[in-house]
Formats: sequence, structure tokens, C-alpha cells
Amino acid sequence: MNSQAENHSSHISKQFNVELEEVKKRMMEMGGAVEKQLADAMTSLTTADSRLGEKVMKEDDEIDTLEVSIDEECSLILARRQPAASDLRLVLAIIKTVRDLERIGDESSKIARMAVKLSEEGDFPEGFVEFRHLADKVTTMVNKALDAFARYDAEDALRVAQDDREVDNEYRSAMRSMITYMMEDQRYITRVLNILWALRALERIGDHAKNIAEHVIYLVKGTDIRHEKLEDIADQIVDAD
Amino acid sequence: MNDLKNKQAELTEVENEVLTEAGAGEQDRLKFDTETCLEVKDLNLYYSRDKRALKDINLEIPRQRVTAFIGPSGCGKSSLLRCFNRMNDLVDDCIIEGAINLDGEDIYDKSVDVADLRRRVGMVFQKPNPFPKSIYENVAYGLRIQGINRKRTLDEVVESSLRSAALWDEVKDRLHDSALGMSGGQQQRLVIARTVAVQPEVLLLDEPASALDPISTLKIEELINELKEKYTIVIVTHNMQQAARVSDYTAFMYMGDMVEFDTTDNIFTNPAEKQTEDYITGRYG
Repeated sequence: MNSQAENHSSHISKQFNVELEEVKKRMMEMGGAVEKQLADAMTSLTTADSRLGEKVMKEDDEIDTLEVSIDEECSLILARRQPAASDLRLVLAIIKTVRDLERIGDESSKIARMAVKLSEEGDFPEGFVEFRHLADKVTTMVNKALDAFARYDAEDALRVAQDDREVDNEYRSAMRSMITYMMEDQRYITRVLNILWALRALERIGDHAKNIAEHVIYLVKGTDIRHEKLEDIADQIVDAD
Repeated sequence: MNDLKNKQAELTEVENEVLTEAGAGEQDRLKFDTETCLEVKDLNLYYSRDKRALKDINLEIPRQRVTAFIGPSGCGKSSLLRCFNRMNDLVDDCIIEGAINLDGEDIYDKSVDVADLRRRVGMVFQKPNPFPKSIYENVAYGLRIQGINRKRTLDEVVESSLRSAALWDEVKDRLHDSALGMSGGQQQRLVIARTVAVQPEVLLLDEPASALDPISTLKIEELINELKEKYTIVIVTHNMQQAARVSDYTAFMYMGDMVEFDTTDNIFTNPAEKQTEDYITGRYG
């Protein structure tokens, strides 16, 4: 698969090489920034650090700006170079991935907001275990999805997409626990709800990581596997080799 | 992950069985939504004993669709196009082996009347080549040499041909002016009108827009889109974006080989062959 990655630097037009490399590099930088946002948001919630939470919310604007400027670079490449085949797929995959990254940034910002609220409402230990557990899972997913993009690895991307099922299951089980907490002591309803929103944000981040993984599969294999069963996708990916 | 591998192994087995039954080569046979119009079978073309310009070409061109041939200069795409109306007969020492069937009949058969073949398979070249006659006479020319001189018939055919070449509204008031006074884009559409006036089945277009400005080019492309309702169109173009815009199927040729033939959508988004990918994305081949 690496040959395909290197291939982006073998155009007759050197300027085109530079443009594609540059926009891909910028997307990876945005990915790094989003990963940091997510990590900070998680820390702010688990350590009740409201200052860190505020910082995450403020820095979400920077992620938004990155999204807009990378989109613009992509539209310029489309207009000026009329890329085809794997180049076209790269540009499209970047446009879509950047959108999912921006959403992950938004969800991180939501988690940070819940962290600020929770820290204002005082100590409440329930739900943090579930949160930390799910948070670790989705962080790994985002990380692996971006890694698969960088390495053009469709099989790793498929594993990320498969991991999303586990995240969904864990989210459901965490939700049940939260409902139990609320039923046990109604004074905690507001606080548990805040944790629940944060859990919900994590679950959405898992979905976005899965989307990115699907973009990687499209980029490498040329097949659009959205809305297909994972089993069928697995067959397609291994088939093509 | 193990489950996945087992399933995969099972699937490969089933697939192999299916493929063995179907016979090798069948699996990548392209499915057309219309019948085949032109069929090329094991075609070889030599310009001299040691210059083989086309190598074992096998290809089916679907009826009433636009098929584009792309490839670098000297890859054989124009040579192949010229085989379809036996233009290569005019080249000395040109040897053609294999067969080309038009509607199931070999056009290289001895019984074929080449003049009639060229009426059925019309050709438009890179540079517009109107005759130094009036617009009207250019379009009526093909009918006149067939011995049709009845004014009413000619009037009707001239109008309908100019209309199908999207030229009627521009020239209806000056039909008897010289064709040489028209713009390049108009001249090219006039040549297309002249070709369709004799009701061909196939239109061969050899770089039809490469000498035209962008607007005239778009007009020709729009025209191609309209003409495919009636005719089978084969176009050779250096402009890959043009092939992507106008054609339904694309053949990529390289050094006399037919490297890949597939739907234009597949060729331009996910070609199967690396050579095709390298060419359409502008990489070192």
C-alpha cells in the first residue's frame, strides 16, 4: 500500500506533487490538533479541571479555521488540476476526513463543556469509570484511523470500523448504568445527565472515527463502503488483494 | 479476525468454482447496456514489416454510446480508429490481420464496398475540412454523389442535418454563403452535419475539438451527447477531461496495446491497471 502513498510524489507536474503533499500534511496536522483536543477534554472531565475545559472550548475555533482552509485548498486543487483516479480519491477523502475531524473537535468541545459544568456542581464519582473506559477506546480509534490514512492501510482501517461496534455496545451498557444511578438517587439526575451527554459525545466520536476509516478504504480500494455490512466490506477488501 | 479469514477463504473457494465454470477471461468481460455495434477481433496492424502499430486488439464497441480512445501519442488510437472505415487501405504497405465486424459482418471481407462502408461509418478529423462550396452544398454533397438531386429532399436533409449538428439557427439565413467564411467551430459542426446527412451508423471523431477554442469545444461536446441517441460514436482525444466528460466507455491504449477498456466512470475514478492510473493522473509511465 505504501507504493500508493509514494506515488503521490511522482507526477510529471512537480507543483502538483507539492500541492497534494501539502494538503495531506495539513490534514494530518489537523488530526493531531483534534487528538489533542480530545485528550484535553477527557482530562478536564476526569480531573474536574474547568480551566482546561475552557481552553478546549476556546481552541475549537482553531480547528474550525483549519477545516475551512483545508477545504479551500482542496477546492483549488479540484479546480486547477482536475485530479483523476487515486489523486481524485485522495482529495475527496481529505475533504470528508476533515469534516469528520471537525465534528470530533465539536464533540470534544461538548465534553469540555460538561467537564466545566460537572466541576461547578461538585464532586460526584459515579460514571467516571465508564467514561474513562469508553474514552480510551475512541481515542485509540481516532488515532488508528488517522494512522491508517497516513499509511494507506485499508485493513487497519477496517479494524477501526469494526471497533465501532464495541464502542456502541459499551455506550449502551454505560447508559444503563447511568439510568440506574439516576433511579437510585434523584438528587444526582442533573450531574448524571451531564456525564451521559459526555458519553454520548464519545459515542459520536467513535462514529466519526469509523467514517474516517471508511474514507481510507475508499482512498485505497476505490470502493465506497458506507452503509454496507462490515462482513461484506471485509470480503471486498481482502478480495481486491 | 479469525472468523473473517475463514469467511474469506470460503468465499475465495466459491469464487474460484464460479470462475472455473465461466471460463478464464469471462470474469472481466464488460457488460454493456446496449448491443455491440463494432467488434474487433485479434487485430494486428503493421505499417511495415518491423513496425507493428496495433497488437492483438480485442474490443467490443457498444451501439449508441460514446466510446473514447485515450493514450499518449503513437499509442495506436488513431490507427485503430482508421481501421473502422478502412482509411488505412490508403496507406502503402499497411498490413491488417484479424477482423472487424460491423453489425456482425467483417468489414475487411472482399465483398464489402468501401465507399458504402465509409458512408455507414463517417469520419470527422481534427482540422475542419469543409469543401470550398456553399454551406448548403457541403451538406448536400453526400446525397448528390448518391444521385439524389430532388430539391425538396435535399432541402429537408440539409435542414435536419444542420439541426442535428446544432448549426441550423446560426446559418439558416446564409445557406448559400461559402462554408469557408464560417468560424472554425462552425466549420467543424458543418463537417459533422455533412457526415450525418448520409445517415451513417457510426461516427468516428479524430480529435474533433483540438483545433477549437473552449466554447466551440463545449458545443461539439454537447453535440456529441445529442448525437449518441442516433449514432454509435468513437472518439479519439488527447484531452483526458474531454474523454471523461463526453464518453460512456473509455479505452486506454499504450504502445499498440489495449491496456484497459471499461466504463468511463471506472477508468477515471478507479482504473484497474497501474499504467492507466499513471497516464490519467499525469505520472511517469
